[in-house]
Amino acid sequence: MSSFQGKTLSFSLADEVFELRLHRQPCNEIGSLALKELEGFVRTLEEQAVRAKALVVHSSMEAGFSAGADLRELYFGLQSLGKAERNAGVRDFLERIHRVFNRIDQVPLTTVAAVHGVVFGGGFELALTCDMIVADRTARFCFPELRLGLIPGFGGIPRLKRDLGNALVRDLLLTGRSINAGKAAAAGLVSQLVGPGHALRAARGIATQATKFDSRAAREAKRFIKPIPHLELEREIETFCALFDRPEVEAALLKFVESSQVQPYLP
Amino acid sequence: MPAQEETLNRILQLAAERFQIPRGQLSGDDDFFEKLGINSLQALDLLTQLENHFSIELPDYELQGVTDFRTLAERVDSRL
Repeated sequence: MSSFQGKTLSFSLADEVFELRLHRQPCNEIGSLALKELEGFVRTLEEQAVRAKALVVHSSMEAGFSAGADLRELYFGLQSLGKAERNAGVRDFLERIHRVFNRIDQVPLTTVAAVHGVVFGGGFELALTCDMIVADRTARFCFPELRLGLIPGFGGIPRLKRDLGNALVRDLLLTGRSINAGKAAAAGLVSQLVGPGHALRAARGIATQATKFDSRAAREAKRFIKPIPHLELEREIETFCALFDRPEVEAALLKFVESSQVQPYLP
Repeated sequence: MPAQEETLNRILQLAAERFQIPRGQLSGDDDFFEKLGINSLQALDLLTQLENHFSIELPDYELQGVTDFRTLAERVDSRL
């Protein structure tokens, strides 16, 4: 099977290019169903990789690429569980999402995230698994996890460190602020900056260009320049789990889910 | 026109265009969440518009508690 229409995402393979489209309302929050469908996607991606040379990841939601983890599902899903079960559930989710993201990160294709609007938390972390990020001028990047008493848990810190200078990484993590696409491009996080609504077209252009090249050479180039920081990724899971197991986090999550805003994204 | 009034007027114009509200219905003391009918995601979209228009960087934590256009204009002016 090289095409799939799911509830949170869809994917297809045509002309040697995979496309993964995120389409869960309101802004592609990543919960258990999205994770399950992502797991299905990476299975197909690996099975069919020999037939492809590129992958484009994008969102058809107006609000943006992805607002990150589904905090409402996380909070309410854990309420009926005891402390040990709750911690085990969080760890299981993190380990599964890390496996998915690591596999997208290392797939032997040229991978491009086409982003717009909100690129927050887990959504930012998904974009960071790709070889390149193409952003339109509406995009904003943010790691808001410290507001919840947490750190990014889907591989964000090691992958951001891989791509950016440590000073900006600290700024983003420790202030929880969002930066616009122009700033992200100037910092080297975004490789192509385009006008509103043009990110997908530009990403498809990169993918088409990638189909012209020898697969092995492209694969070796990627392996040479894009190491996966496995040890730090594992450490991130441990740190996240230790931080999660605190009343401060439960209180912050409760505050988030009780907010009357559609999504309370301003700090 | 004083600089801050000019900034305010440009913000009101941008907000009117972006959220399709007649410019004449907006004034500096309006609560922009209420008047524009926007949520926090759309407020971030407005922030991006302002940063791009004024060629500034305005950290979103500086907008904490800011709800009216006039105070927003003050924050923008501080970054010009």
